[in-house]
Amino acid sequence: MTRIPLRPLARILPARAAGQSPEDIERENRTVRHEEMRDHARQRAEGRLLVLGVFFFFAFAVVGVRMGLLATSEPVEPRASARGAAISAARADIVDRKGRLLATNLETRALYAQPPLMVDPIAAARGLVAIFPELDEKKLVKDFSGKRKFLWVKKKISPEQMQAVHDIGDPGLLFAPREMRLYPNGSLAAHVLGGASFGKEGVHAAEVIGVAGVEKYFDDYLRDPANGQKPLELSLDLTVQAAAERVLYGGMKIMNAKGATSVLMDVRTGEVISVVSLPDFDPNTRPPAPVTGDQSDSPLFNRSVQGVYELGSALKIFAAVQAVDLGIVTPSTMIDTSGPMRVGGANIGEFQGKNYGKLSVSDIIVKSSNRGTGRLALQIGAERQQEFLKSLGFFEPTPFEIIEARSGKPLWPKRWTELSTVTISYGHGMSTSPMRLAAAYASIANGGYRVEPTILKQDSASLGERVIGEAAAKSAREMLRAVVTRGTASMGEVPGYAVGGKTGTADKPKPGGGYYEDKIIATFAAMFPAYDPKYVLVVTLDEPVETSGDKPRRTAGWTSVPVAAEMIGRIAPLLGLRPTVEPVPLADITLTRSN
Amino acid sequence: MRSVLYVLTTLSVIGLAFWAYRENYATQESLSKTDKLYSDIRTAYARLAILKAEWAYLNRPDRLRDLADINFDSLGLLPLRSDQFGRVDEVAYPAAPLLDIANSIEVSGTLGDDEEQFP
Repeated sequence: MTRIPLRPLARILPARAAGQSPEDIERENRTVRHEEMRDHARQRAEGRLLVLGVFFFFAFAVVGVRMGLLATSEPVEPRASARGAAISAARADIVDRKGRLLATNLETRALYAQPPLMVDPIAAARGLVAIFPELDEKKLVKDFSGKRKFLWVKKKISPEQMQAVHDIGDPGLLFAPREMRLYPNGSLAAHVLGGASFGKEGVHAAEVIGVAGVEKYFDDYLRDPANGQKPLELSLDLTVQAAAERVLYGGMKIMNAKGATSVLMDVRTGEVISVVSLPDFDPNTRPPAPVTGDQSDSPLFNRSVQGVYELGSALKIFAAVQAVDLGIVTPSTMIDTSGPMRVGGANIGEFQGKNYGKLSVSDIIVKSSNRGTGRLALQIGAERQQEFLKSLGFFEPTPFEIIEARSGKPLWPKRWTELSTVTISYGHGMSTSPMRLAAAYASIANGGYRVEPTILKQDSASLGERVIGEAAAKSAREMLRAVVTRGTASMGEVPGYAVGGKTGTADKPKPGGGYYEDKIIATFAAMFPAYDPKYVLVVTLDEPVETSGDKPRRTAGWTSVPVAAEMIGRIAPLLGLRPTVEPVPLADITLTRSN
Repeated sequence: MRSVLYVLTTLSVIGLAFWAYRENYATQESLSKTDKLYSDIRTAYARLAILKAEWAYLNRPDRLRDLADINFDSLGLLPLRSDQFGRVDEVAYPAAPLLDIANSIEVSGTLGDDEEQFP
C-alpha cells in the first residue's frame, strides 16, 4: 500500500504561495487516510466473519449429515471393538443336572410369499399344497393374486420341504431364517419345560419367547445374549425322570386313574430330581389351552403344583410330630380313639367305621386313626396348629420356579373352628399341592429344617429355619417306617431301601359342595431310606380303582403305595443309592482264597 | 537451512501418510479376516448345536428303551435294579497259576525185596 504523505511538498509549496493554509491539506489527507484504513479494517473483519461462517456451516453440516446417516442406515456392530460373547446370540439351552440337553435351538426356515414378485401364482399355490397338504389352495390363490404384498405361509419348514419349495421355482416364494426351540426328549419333563413360541417376527429373525414352565419363568435369563453359552442347569435328572414317568404311567393305567403326579425331592437341598404330571404333552407341539371344560383335565395342567387337593391322612404325621415336639405326648403315649367323638356338631368316624380302641401315638399313625389324630390336634389347639402348618409353608403357593406354580394357591378355611382343627389334622378341609406336601415331608426327613422346592441345581444344602425339633423329627421318621413295616402302606416295602411313608386317601369334593362316594385322591408320601432319608417321594393318583379283587379297592394302600414302591425300586439304584441289605447271591461266583 | 527443514518435513509427511495408508489397509484386512473367522466360528457353533441336538434326540430315553427291547436277544439289557449292586469281596481273586511240569521228580515207587524203608 502506497502511503501518501500528509504534507506533500508538491502541494504545500503552491498552497503557501497562494496564501492557503497547509493545515487544510494535512487535514484532508488525514481524512483520506483514515477512510482508507477504515475500509481496509472493515474488509478484513467481513472476510473473517465469512470464513468463520463457512467454518461453522461445514461443521454443523458434517454433524447433521452424520446424524442423518446414522438415523437412516441399518445399525451395525462396531467392527473393531472387543467381542466374543456375541458369537451366539441364541436362546440359552436348558440342561439337566448332569448336563444332558433338555431344550436347545435348531436353525430352520420360515416360508413367506411376496405376490408382486410371483411369476405364476396359481402354479405356486398348487405346488405348495402338494408339499403342505394342510394348506388351503383356494385361499392361497386368493392371497397370491390379490392385493397383498406380503404374507407368511409356514412358520417352520424342514430342509426337505425347503428344497421342495425351491423346486417350485417361483421367485415370489422366499425363506426367512428362524431359530426354533427343540425339545429332543419329546414329552419328557414337559410340564417343567413348558414350551416356547415366536414373539415378534421379522424377515431376518424372530424372537423366541417362553410360554410356560421354566421357559417362561426364566425367559429373561434365557434371552440374555450374555448367557448364550451358559445353559440353564435344572435339578432334574433325565434318567430318573424318564424312569419315573414310565413307572407312573404304567401305575396310572393299571390303577385305572385318570391322572397321576409324582414328586421326587432331595431332602437337604430341596432340589426336585423328578416331577411328573400325567397326562402330559409334547412341548414341541404344545396344544392350545382348553377354552371349555375343566382346566384340570387338560394335559397342560400340572398336577404337582397347580393341583391343590385335600391330601387326606398323609397330613396326620404333622399332628403327631407337633404333639411330640411340643412335649404333649411321646410316641408311646396311649390315646383313646374309641368313639363316638363329636366335635362342633359333627361326628368324627374312622375308615369303614372301625374302632381301634386305645392306641399309642405311633399306632395312631400306623393304623391311620382319624379320631386319634383329632384328639392330638385338640390337645395342640387351633392356634398352634395353624402356626405350625404355616411355618411348613402350607398356606403359600408353592415357590417353585415354573410359571404355573403361582396359580396353585392352597385352600384353607377362613374361620378355623375346632372342627377345622380336627378335620385338618387328618387332611380334610385344607387343600395343598403334592409339591408342597413333599417339601413338608422333607422337613421331617432332614431333621426338622424347612426347605423350599427348587428346580435349579444347587451346589450345597440350603436348609431354612428349624421348624421341628431334631428328636421329634426322628420319632416321626420311625412312625413313618412303621407304617410301611406293619401299617397301611405294607406294599411299600422295597428290599434294601427301608421306605417310610404315610398313605392318604381323600374323597374328591364335588364342585357344588359335598364329597363324591367313589372318587378319591390317593396319595403316598414316602422317604427313603427312613433311618437317614436322602429323598422324599410323593405319588398321587387321581381317581384310581384297583379291580383285581372281588370288589374295587380305592385306598392309597392298594393303589398309590405299590406304584411308589415300584418307582423307588427303579429310581433308587439310578440315584446311586446302594441297598443296605445283602445283595442277592449271584450264581457262578465262588469266593476263593489264593493260598 | 530452512529449505532443508522444509524438504525434510515434507518427506516425513509423505512417509507418515504412506505408513498410515498401509496401516489402514492392514487393519481392514485383519478386520475382514476376523470377520471371516467369526463367521466360521458361528457356523461351527451352529453345526455343533445341531450335532448336540441330534445326539440328544438319538439318545432320548424312549428310543434307547425301544432299542434295548428290540435287541434284547443279543444284549439282554434290563432296567438297573438294586440287586445289581455288588461288593468288592464278591469279585473272585484270579486263579493261582499252575506250576510248570518240568524236571519232575518221581516221588512214588515200589520197594524191591531187598530194600528197606527209612523214615
